[in-house]
Amino acid sequence: MRRVGAVLGGLAIAVALAACGSSGKGPVTVNWYVFPEPSGSFAKAAADCSAASGGKYKIAINFLSNASDQQRQTLVQRLAAGDPSIDILAMDVDWTAEFASAGWIRPWTGANAAAASKGVLPGPLKTATYNGRLWAAPINSNTEILWYRKDLVPTPPKTWGQMIDDAIKLAKEGKPHYIEEQGAKYEGLVVWFNSLVDSAGGGIIGPNGKVIVGPSTKVAAQIMKRLATTAAADPGLNTSQEGPGNNVFDAGNAAFEINYPFVWSGTQSTAPSIFKHMGYAPFPAVVPGTSPKVSIGGYNLGVSSHSQHPQLAFDAVKCLIAPQNQIRDAVKGGLAPVLASIYDEPSFEKAYPFHALIKAQLQDYGIRPQTPAYQDVTLAIQDTLQPASAIDPNNIVSKLRDEIKTALKGDSLL
Amino acid sequence: MSAGVVGPPAAAASSSRPPHRLSDRVRAERKLAFYLVAPAVIVMIAVTAYPIIATIVLSLQKASLDEPGKNTFIGLDNYGYVFTAHLFWMDLIHTAVITVVSVSIELVLGMLLALAMHRVIFARGLLRSIALVPYAIVAVVAAYAWQYSWSLDNGGWIPRLLGLSGDPLSHQFGTYVAIIFTEVWKNTPYMALLLLAGLSLVPDELLEAAKVDGASAWQRFTKITLPLMKPAILVALLFRTLDAFRIFDVIYIFSQGANNTATLSQLSYSTLLERLNLGLGSAVSVVLFLIVGLIAFVFIKGFGAAANPGIETN
Repeated sequence: MRRVGAVLGGLAIAVALAACGSSGKGPVTVNWYVFPEPSGSFAKAAADCSAASGGKYKIAINFLSNASDQQRQTLVQRLAAGDPSIDILAMDVDWTAEFASAGWIRPWTGANAAAASKGVLPGPLKTATYNGRLWAAPINSNTEILWYRKDLVPTPPKTWGQMIDDAIKLAKEGKPHYIEEQGAKYEGLVVWFNSLVDSAGGGIIGPNGKVIVGPSTKVAAQIMKRLATTAAADPGLNTSQEGPGNNVFDAGNAAFEINYPFVWSGTQSTAPSIFKHMGYAPFPAVVPGTSPKVSIGGYNLGVSSHSQHPQLAFDAVKCLIAPQNQIRDAVKGGLAPVLASIYDEPSFEKAYPFHALIKAQLQDYGIRPQTPAYQDVTLAIQDTLQPASAIDPNNIVSKLRDEIKTALKGDSLL
Repeated sequence: MSAGVVGPPAAAASSSRPPHRLSDRVRAERKLAFYLVAPAVIVMIAVTAYPIIATIVLSLQKASLDEPGKNTFIGLDNYGYVFTAHLFWMDLIHTAVITVVSVSIELVLGMLLALAMHRVIFARGLLRSIALVPYAIVAVVAAYAWQYSWSLDNGGWIPRLLGLSGDPLSHQFGTYVAIIFTEVWKNTPYMALLLLAGLSLVPDELLEAAKVDGASAWQRFTKITLPLMKPAILVALLFRTLDAFRIFDVIYIFSQGANNTATLSQLSYSTLLERLNLGLGSAVSVVLFLIVGLIAFVFIKGFGAAANPGIETN
């Protein structure tokens, strides 16, 4: 048994040494855990920043899973176990409150905070802020706009009501008419619902953590129910996510699509005949004449509390989010930048002809509830509102309020 | 820890045989046996007993992975939350429906497949291997393949073949059909393999004697083959029921529990790994563990005891 102990001890020391990496001469390895950015733009930024550090650090890029849920699971398990090998982590915008209150990430203060927030659009900056402190540096954002078929719809609808009316009219004429939305039981449904609630002037969780579900929930639920139960709905709405929804648009069966900008280049390459007629417009309003507040997505870079080299990690993040890197991320990788100035860059404007819409929606934005118990809240919303066709708008306000309150107590199954 | 390791095997050895009059050689062999078995016991404790005990301990606490250091002991409260939750009972029903329907279909199809494999005259080895192919495919891969086939959004061929206008995966009934179909497709060969072993226990002379006595093919099957195969059938049913009750992968890929298809494994997974609610999630896991244990107990004690007289009368 003593020998086993010695072996285990030896192993522990070996692991600890491996984790420390190059503690002697040469640059320190800073580990960056991030979603698998496919264009190579992040890898290029990591290499450029390592070179620019003058031998201080070398950023090792570690790709997580494609799915956001899986990324969170991997990171959470390692952070909760105190893994020192994570220095920088790319966090989905709705993890900030949870990671911050669990003590897994370091707050950004002083000069670091100033550098991370300088020139950043208000929406992305808000997602990285919790309880009045900055917890991460926004690196890219995302927001859904309306994509439509110009050959079927001469003028894009301004409101959800108009869009559903247009779809029903097209259906009567026997033309392609589906509205592609994300109706599966997952985060995409919550983005849809939350965007409608915020656009109707309401909210779900207030700044002090209080549940503020009110009449705008009913307005949102009525829109979702109407879309789901009329000819406007794709028959696959209850399982629809961003990718499959865009496939239906590419196949020519949809007239409208609420989706992220990735569909622009996607449709261009897979369905050129549809792309010819593809137009874009702002996310439809809920209240006529009031600009919508769309729940934004994207990623923020945090520094792990267990990092052995926090100052180098902060420095590396400041370099990764620098304008020249964000321009490449946007033009090459199609990621919406968080810096306002990039939206005026000619190279970006060419790749992103709808840049003005995106910028406007990141300035006048919506945001999903900022609470450490976000996973409970999102599951409660999904349980209550999926499938959209089964919603009863008359009792939805009290039902959702109760469901979220119970979820926040943490003693109920969801 | 070492005391726990030594305890059970030594106690078992001493109680099964009288300790006196052991020669040095026997004692040395016992000692050697103990040393040989010890690593396996240690590994079993590390990978099985420790997690089970840790799960039980966690299930008695209010504990969340994202609230480190705030665990508090709350006794059996988590079990109270589980048993009073509507969702738990719904998911239990979903699990039971999928288990009962898919295992029943597997039993019938598996029996037909086993009879065919048993009676086949030419290319026996090849045909048996072909029949086993679905079982050899990784469950997640099979689930994805069938999910694509059933999903209208992904351009699946099944809805088009059946002439469906809607997506079968967009409502509960269709999702159930697709999930059970996938389970049956994947696991029938396994059922057939276990039943085939049982079929080879039935002596041909007995069947021929019955034939001479004028028994019809159906009578021979129900009066001779089935009773003799009963132990094999029970083992096959037990294995498949335990497997099916813990179903996770197929559901995860088909629906992630949407359209009211979530099972208990799904519930345990989402509570533990998505919500990070370790206390509540552990309680669900323990309940699932107990139900699976209960199923095994009922099969072995209830049906298993009844199996013997059946054989004896023959």
